[in-house]
Amino acid sequence: MTNFATIATVGFVFIAMGISLWQKLNLEKDLLVATVRAAIQLTLVGYLLQFIFDADRWLYILLMITVSVLVASRNSASRGKGIPWIYLRVFVTIATVAGFTLTMMVTMNMIDPDPQTLIPISGMVVGNGMVVSSLLLNRMKEYAESMREEILVALSLGANRSQASRRMTTQAIKAGMIPMIDSTKTVGLVQLPGMMTGLIIAGTPPVEAVRYQLLIMFSFISSSALISILLGFLVYPTLFNKDHQFLGWGKRS
Amino acid sequence: MLSIRHRISVRCFFVRGKIVYGEGDVFMPSTENSRALIELKHITKTYPGERGPFSPLRDVNAQVIKKRLVVLMGPSGTGKSTLFRLLNRLEDPDEGVISYRGKPLKEWDPVRLRREVHYVYQSPILFLPTVEENLAYPLYLQDKELERPEMIRLLQRVGLSRSYLHRFVDDLSGGEKQRVHLARSFSLRPEILLLDEPTASLDEESTERIEKEVRDFCDRGGTVVWISHLRKQAERIADERWYLENGKLTREEKGE
Repeated sequence: MTNFATIATVGFVFIAMGISLWQKLNLEKDLLVATVRAAIQLTLVGYLLQFIFDADRWLYILLMITVSVLVASRNSASRGKGIPWIYLRVFVTIATVAGFTLTMMVTMNMIDPDPQTLIPISGMVVGNGMVVSSLLLNRMKEYAESMREEILVALSLGANRSQASRRMTTQAIKAGMIPMIDSTKTVGLVQLPGMMTGLIIAGTPPVEAVRYQLLIMFSFISSSALISILLGFLVYPTLFNKDHQFLGWGKRS
Repeated sequence: MLSIRHRISVRCFFVRGKIVYGEGDVFMPSTENSRALIELKHITKTYPGERGPFSPLRDVNAQVIKKRLVVLMGPSGTGKSTLFRLLNRLEDPDEGVISYRGKPLKEWDPVRLRREVHYVYQSPILFLPTVEENLAYPLYLQDKELERPEMIRLLQRVGLSRSYLHRFVDDLSGGEKQRVHLARSFSLRPEILLLDEPTASLDEESTERIEKEVRDFCDRGGTVVWISHLRKQAERIADERWYLENGKLTREEKGE
């Protein structure tokens, strides 16, 4: 892809801005900011990745993955406002699951332990973890309110806090997993996944590209389940006090 | 002549003891005090509100005597359900002490306490699919199993036949749900039942049945506090009546 072609792609954004102006959608400013930010961020990341690939040092790879987990946790933790230590809880969850997933992939020779493979794949695993964490926190917040009376009835029947919140936690975990499961069911039928598309465009044979894509999708499913369960069980105790009294979302006794 | 031992400040009326007290200092006969299963001393509960703090209970003092059926009355939103949440330790009072069997509630294991001093919510929340599963739930929480004959007996106590066991709760009417809800609570064999308008959605016949069953529960040694808005019902079933308004509790016994 030539430099001219890269610049020409901005033309698509101008078309979108033109439509926005014509239809008075007031999206021009947001489109401009998003375009400029994406261009600057990706250019910087491009140079950074080039530097890390050239250096080929584990320390840089670990640093890059840690930064991505920190940013993902911060973003996801904003959904859990009011829950004590939520940033730490999300960070521990994503870091543990992403670390476990990547370690399994490397030790089982599924991927090569080089920066060109590890960094993009870890980015995908962490990014997916961020989405799943945010979904789970949204759902738990919603259910902590809508299932309040059910939780109180369970407590009055002699349930402890773990028993009383079980249905809420499992429903939130399921709700957090459903988008991932649905997209896995229809993969290839509705759209070709991004990674596979990228590999095919770069010249990788389609069957090889499919093998990589399956690896990613299966690891996404397992890491989503682990993240949902782990985070769900780290968050639900904060909705109660030590006397098994239900406090609700983000309330302290 | 009754010995006067206990002194609490609540507006309160006694008839059996031939003593009628107004607002201010009140003397409790020692014979009654010794039989008190639950004792509330200077209970105050305050919640934050849009227009400033709101106290549904202010310096409330009372005793629940074993084997009695107390009917708690008062306008909506005056703290009757709040009082139940405090007795069930779903919440704690901001001031004062509640004791059960002479020991402050805070010294009891809350999970065990809620099985003994059991709060039956007004809205019948049955969160498992079938009647059978809902009846089994309280004992399932204790890793115990409720036998089928016991389930049938529980249903009969609230006027439902054994055929209800396999019914889905979504197919039940409001009144039927209310009765399954109550049957589920009976499975815990509580010492004290805190009933929040248990007959609110029942017809006359079913109401009569539940009233009789609760009366039998008291006769077998159980104790009941029952929230009702119906004065006639209170007159029919109560050993004593409590009236809660503006954060204050007043008490009157049967016959007054």
